[in-house]
Amino acid sequence: MKKDLLEIADLSSDEIYQVLDTAEAMREIGERPIKKVPTMRGKTVVNLFYEPSTRTRTSFEIAEKRLSADTLNVAVASSSVLKGETLFDTAKNIEAMAPDVIVLRHPSSGACHMLARICRSRIINAGDGMHEHPTQALLDAFTIRQHKKRVDGLKVAIVGDLLHSRVMRSNALLLTMLGADVWVSAPPTLVPSGIDRLGVKVSTSVDEVVEGADVIMMLRIQHERMQGAFFPSLREYFNVFGMTAERVGRAKPDVIIMHPGPMNRGVEIASDVADGPYSVILEQVANGVAVRMAVLYLLAGGAEAD
Amino acid sequence: MPIVMDADRIARTLTRIAHEILERNRVLDELAFVGIRSRGFPLARRLARIIHEINGHDVPTGALDVTLYRDDLMRKSVGTQPVIQSTEIAFSIDDKHILLVDDVLYTGRTIRSALDALVEFGRPRSIQLVVLVDRGHRELPIKADYVGKNLPTSPTQSVQVYLAEIDGRDEVEIRE
Repeated sequence: MKKDLLEIADLSSDEIYQVLDTAEAMREIGERPIKKVPTMRGKTVVNLFYEPSTRTRTSFEIAEKRLSADTLNVAVASSSVLKGETLFDTAKNIEAMAPDVIVLRHPSSGACHMLARICRSRIINAGDGMHEHPTQALLDAFTIRQHKKRVDGLKVAIVGDLLHSRVMRSNALLLTMLGADVWVSAPPTLVPSGIDRLGVKVSTSVDEVVEGADVIMMLRIQHERMQGAFFPSLREYFNVFGMTAERVGRAKPDVIIMHPGPMNRGVEIASDVADGPYSVILEQVANGVAVRMAVLYLLAGGAEAD
Repeated sequence: MPIVMDADRIARTLTRIAHEILERNRVLDELAFVGIRSRGFPLARRLARIIHEINGHDVPTGALDVTLYRDDLMRKSVGTQPVIQSTEIAFSIDDKHILLVDDVLYTGRTIRSALDALVEFGRPRSIQLVVLVDRGHRELPIKADYVGKNLPTSPTQSVQVYLAEIDGRDEVEIRE
């Protein structure tokens, strides 16, 4: 693998399968009485989070601890960033303390690329603005493969705020690379221009993209990134684009419903669907730890000595 | 490439080791095999099958991948990481007499990793080491309890064990 994991384009399909297979082995560690292996002993990982996050930050931290890395979390709320320090200077200062890996979450697209250029440490993108969230796509692919035994040839419907979604971008790139048939749907105001270049099929009809789907992936309406009115009201959004039990009925009988979290119940997804039998939302969270352990292991380790 | 053990020789060696295990361990209820991935695991399963044929007793068998416990993993900064296979030990190893199985005993570092890994699964009463080939050149104070064949080698040679379950044939060969 390359030095950093900034976007899906950093990975070949062989490397994606290598991450998924390694994650399979990592999952077993979480079932042991002692949930820890000494692999990254003596390595330092800094989790640098410029945006609020529960799932991703916790998931990375647990993954790092299970591999015995020394971890530290820099939460922006209690850091020099509030005193006006730029990302560049913060990164240079952290770099001076020689961590092996920096996990970065940042509201600006491309922040990880800048960090990767100026730092010797390995950079893992934990979500940068509206660009990408590669480990989320890897754990989604892992969850899909767990249920469907393959990714190739599946119809995957991604519904919701496509415009602001880094999860959609990473998933569209990864799943099409593995041969899935990816369909996306959103109100026209939430469809980014040039989306067809991701290799996906676009429709404003949810019913059309859900028809016969093997996987339905719902995206959160990102109020915090919305300046202006993208749709008339939340209720109308739910009526036209919300995932209801009735809409799920159009998909394959063994469909799985995914959501990267945090969910807006009653906006993009009905509560009975989120908690229903097709939902694998909590499995995604559980798999996130194993997938991040795999990424850390494959990035931060070295070659065989002999 | 000189072949030092063929299929027939490997089969008879494993049968002999199975008898030695039965000779030394009177109480079979507390025995369990743990095979080290990749080739220790099929060997462990074969030994369990031979013991079953001898006296009808089923000895539980697990698989252990020691990659994450190796001491050379993080020593180089670039390159491909070794593939990790799953560890499957579906029984408690607490108070068991564990028979740890590997194909080749060389520096002893793999066994060191395996011991580290095993103690995190519980506290076995004892751990005994079974190897098909002992080729010498130990770098750690580790000794096998059951040895299929002692094979004097030079450090420049390599010993490769092929097993039907993985490689489609049973053979041990020395390469220069």
